Amino acid sequence: MRAHTRIGFILLLTPLVLWLGLLIIIPHIDMFLISIRERISFGVYETSLAQYEKALTEPLYLRTFWRTAVMSVLATAITLVIAFPVSYYIAKMAKGRLQQVLFMLCLIPFYVSELVRTFGWMILLRETGLVSNLLQWAGLADQPVEMLYNDAAMMVGLVYTSMLFMVVPLVTTLESLDDSVIEAGYDLGGSGLSVLREIIVPHAMPGIVSGCIVVFMLSLGNYLTPTMLGGKDSLWFTEMIYNQFIVRSNWELGAAFGFMLLVLSSVIVWGMLRLTGRTLQETMG
Amino acid sequence: MTPDLECADLVKRFGETTAVDNVSFSVPPGSFFSILGPSGCGKTTIMRMIAGFLDPTSGDIRIKGKSVLDTPPNKRPVNMVFQHLALFPMMSIAENIGYGLRRQKMPRDQIARKVDEALDRIGLPGIGGRKVDELSGGQKQRVAIARCMVLEPDVLLLDEPLGALDLKLREHMKVELKALQAAFDTTFVYITHDQSEALVMSDQIAVMNAGRFEQVGTGQDLYYRPDTPFVAGFIGESNRWKGRIDRIEGEALQMRTDSGLAMRATAAGPLAAGDTAEIFVRPESIRLAASAEALSGFDNQLQGKVTSILFNGAASRVLVQDDAGETLEVTLPQSGEFAALKRGDAVHIGWGAAQATCFKGAA
Repeated sequence: MRAHTRIGFILLLTPLVLWLGLLIIIPHIDMFLISIRERISFGVYETSLAQYEKALTEPLYLRTFWRTAVMSVLATAITLVIAFPVSYYIAKMAKGRLQQVLFMLCLIPFYVSELVRTFGWMILLRETGLVSNLLQWAGLADQPVEMLYNDAAMMVGLVYTSMLFMVVPLVTTLESLDDSVIEAGYDLGGSGLSVLREIIVPHAMPGIVSGCIVVFMLSLGNYLTPTMLGGKDSLWFTEMIYNQFIVRSNWELGAAFGFMLLVLSSVIVWGMLRLTGRTLQETMG
Repeated sequence: MTPDLECADLVKRFGETTAVDNVSFSVPPGSFFSILGPSGCGKTTIMRMIAGFLDPTSGDIRIKGKSVLDTPPNKRPVNMVFQHLALFPMMSIAENIGYGLRRQKMPRDQIARKVDEALDRIGLPGIGGRKVDELSGGQKQRVAIARCMVLEPDVLLLDEPLGALDLKLREHMKVELKALQAAFDTTFVYITHDQSEALVMSDQIAVMNAGRFEQVGTGQDLYYRPDTPFVAGFIGESNRWKGRIDRIEGEALQMRTDSGLAMRATAAGPLAAGDTAEIFVRPESIRLAASAEALSGFDNQLQGKVTSILFNGAASRVLVQDDAGETLEVTLPQSGEFAALKRGDAVHIGWGAAQATCFKGAA
């Protein structure tokens, strides 16, 4: 009997160990090793921190690094502000069929690949696009308006891509809030704002934190949206990693960038948890 | 004296259905008023209208003489204890009780003092720092009441707050609620489907059925002098017979039951010979005897066989099947006289016409 349970346990654990080991741990160890070496001449390498030094002293690299971090935080905040009322409506105001339909509407864009979705935004926003034509037709613009290739367009794309990952945890936590608790908040003299601040938001906090973590990581690691919708000033850190690995074949610097990104996301997620006084177990469990 | 709460011709319709149908009542200050009815009778709808979560289709709600129809729920001088209490799980007990005071922008130290006072009042001093889920059911109950009472509402609404408690605690909380009401000297409006809760605690009870008030009165009124067959059937246990009235003289009447028995009873409301009617007799009004002679003073006498003894301590009953084949519930006297009674024994039963109430039956 004991032997049976043990075999079952091993069988269940094997895929997980393989997955973690082959796809995450081993590549990361290898990446780390690559990142701390310097190419002296053809085929000759030496251990050094030169790559990190280069990454931290070169203004373009450093600026892109911080910009990516700040923009990702901003994208997360905007997503939260938009997703919260949407989730509240789906979880608390909509009833029965309407609730399912609205939830499906959030999900349906994800049936299409991210690439196609992003092209959709390009069709809308480009110079000869729908919005531009509409503005000209309405007389609000006298020449074609280019709305692509800037930070705003990129932000729209990022928020749009992340929406569902914020809505799902929020709807789940908000649904678990008893209606009568909200009513009690009003009954005891609370206004809409104080009920939101003292009752709804504290209750939804686990959903808010886990939604924010997911959206932040997705934004930080996004490659497609900043590349396609962003302008020449909206360089994203993932683009730099791509450039080093693929365009410049400078794996050493690319690996160093990769590690910097990993540290950055870990630090910000940790900071987010500290700020809200939660532990990772609470949020994910 | 202006009543604390007054509802006038209150109507609430949801689409085609009328949940509350022309209900009027007034609750004098400091009294304990219950609305008793089966689930779905509209009692929760009335309560939600008083609290302000629903707008009545027509009619008026006045608190201390002033109409509150245009007042939103957070401004009404009424507070509500919810069915599942709805304590705020994200706050400590002290924060829960202080929530309403914080909304009134009361200074912090004053709130702390009031919260401590309230905790003393409900007999739970020093638990302010605890979390909601650390309390027992009865403690939560008291905190939910304290959370409302610190705001000194004109009327406290209670929506079946004892429903979630176990039997023993419920019995205890009945007494405690009544004591709290006396201590706070506030008007309580209590809704429940449990007649014993209503009977034990209330000064006045309104029995509600299908959106209407059937009868409003004290517990004794409802129990001994029900106005309608619904009240007679809903409050307490009853044996019932349907039949047609043979003759009637003033209030005294004789009815022929569908099974062919002749029965004497007292009329409630106007009845005439030939009307279909229904007689209600309480199990405790029926006298049990071993011989017919012992019952000679009673207007109605039957004999039958014991089919079953339902032992329940002081509330034990005997099921007696009469010669017509109908089964009656009779209270088993606890004087020892019938201690040896067993299934299959022949018994005589009898009751007075005054204890048998006759209502006009539905056709």
